[in-house]
Amino acid sequence: MLLLRRLFVTLVVLAALAFAGFYVLTDPRVVSPSPEIGALPAADIENGKLLFAAGGCASCHATPGQDDKLKLGGGLALASPFGTFHAPNISPHTRDGIGNWGVQDFVDAMAAGVSPNGQHLYPAFPYTSYRLMPPKALADLFAYIRTLAPVEGRAPPHELPFPFNIRRMVGGWKLLFFEGAAFRPDPTKSESWNRGAYLVNGPGHCAECHSARNGLGAIIPATRLAGGPDPEGKGWVPNITQSENGLAKWSKEEIAELLKTGFTPDFDNVGGTMAAVVRNMAQLPDTDRMAMAEYLKSLPAVEGPPRPQAK
Amino acid sequence: MIRTALVLAGLGLGLTAVMAQSNPITERQQAMKAVGAATREGAAMAKGEAAFDSAKAQAIFKTYADAAKKMPALFPDSSKTGGETTAAPKVWDDQAGFKAAFAKFETDAAAGATVASLDGFRTAFGAATKNCGACHEVYRVKK
Repeated sequence: MLLLRRLFVTLVVLAALAFAGFYVLTDPRVVSPSPEIGALPAADIENGKLLFAAGGCASCHATPGQDDKLKLGGGLALASPFGTFHAPNISPHTRDGIGNWGVQDFVDAMAAGVSPNGQHLYPAFPYTSYRLMPPKALADLFAYIRTLAPVEGRAPPHELPFPFNIRRMVGGWKLLFFEGAAFRPDPTKSESWNRGAYLVNGPGHCAECHSARNGLGAIIPATRLAGGPDPEGKGWVPNITQSENGLAKWSKEEIAELLKTGFTPDFDNVGGTMAAVVRNMAQLPDTDRMAMAEYLKSLPAVEGPPRPQAK
Repeated sequence: MIRTALVLAGLGLGLTAVMAQSNPITERQQAMKAVGAATREGAAMAKGEAAFDSAKAQAIFKTYADAAKKMPALFPDSSKTGGETTAAPKVWDDQAGFKAAFAKFETDAAAGATVASLDGFRTAFGAATKNCGACHEVYRVKK
């Protein structure tokens, strides 16, 4: 009897410790501490505008059903295996958007996936990639967004079933999958290669769609950029590594052309959400698209998950 | 004997043609391939890689116009899946918008029907090919 009671007490203590451990480890400040901003020079709004295009911010945050891509009222529904997310209002509206945010709030969201009230943001918002942008770049981007028109109204709340509706769970996810460092250039590579690597993996967040994900929705590192089923539903996202099924036969110029006009080497024109990506990438200078192409051409050939045969 | 073989071969050919024709997915893919091939020629001229030729230029817009006229009817309800189609469900959810997109493509193609200068061609070609991405964004899935 005594033994049983001891066992019970031990179990309760262990459970409490485990819970406390989870609670501490999944605290936003513990699992994803904010980067140090330090003193920043005056914001470069032109650079912010470029990053806004490269980051495809408008693709998710522009108010759907109207043509002005700079009205960032949010509301677009993003389907996923975990439920439906609704992109929030990121216009500079003080009540409904991010008009009351400071630079630190913006950096926290973009680089650490933490909201101003200290909650985890869902990685449907690709801070997993954006975190590669250093605080200076993020401050520029924030300054640009602040020049846009405030839009009234809030997006509907995310429609997530239990347990995905518990934001603390994201802390566990970050513990497993999130790395918080900014981009570090590789000094052995050219400046343009580094620029391309930064644009592809950071603001461009190419891997977020062009990679297969595991059961918990995290990118599988081994098949990064090697394509896979479209997480939003119907369709297949192509392999963009140097695989024969990917971009092996594409020249740098052809990759840059696709990013500018949407045309593939055989003059097909890309569809779905890639059309919006092209619209954004077309706003970058030619040198940036060529840099992205240079980086993509330098990637090893990786085979992604097998594509299902057509029925 | 030879005649029978010829007749059979002829029947076979005819049958293949009929089958290809009665398959709207194949047919619309071929129509789009024709548009792609025309665009390849157009892009070469627009970029100055090929000499401007007004007959060729007008033929490109004719290909576009033909495809724009033909395409809307090639998406019957029976062709939502199969044959590696990349048509998005939205084609059938929003038939009005889908048809309007082709009507716009046809109008933009008509603007180039009598094009006679390189500058005029560049303008009309640019406007017409804007339709590719605009329509694919909504009515086509990634592939």
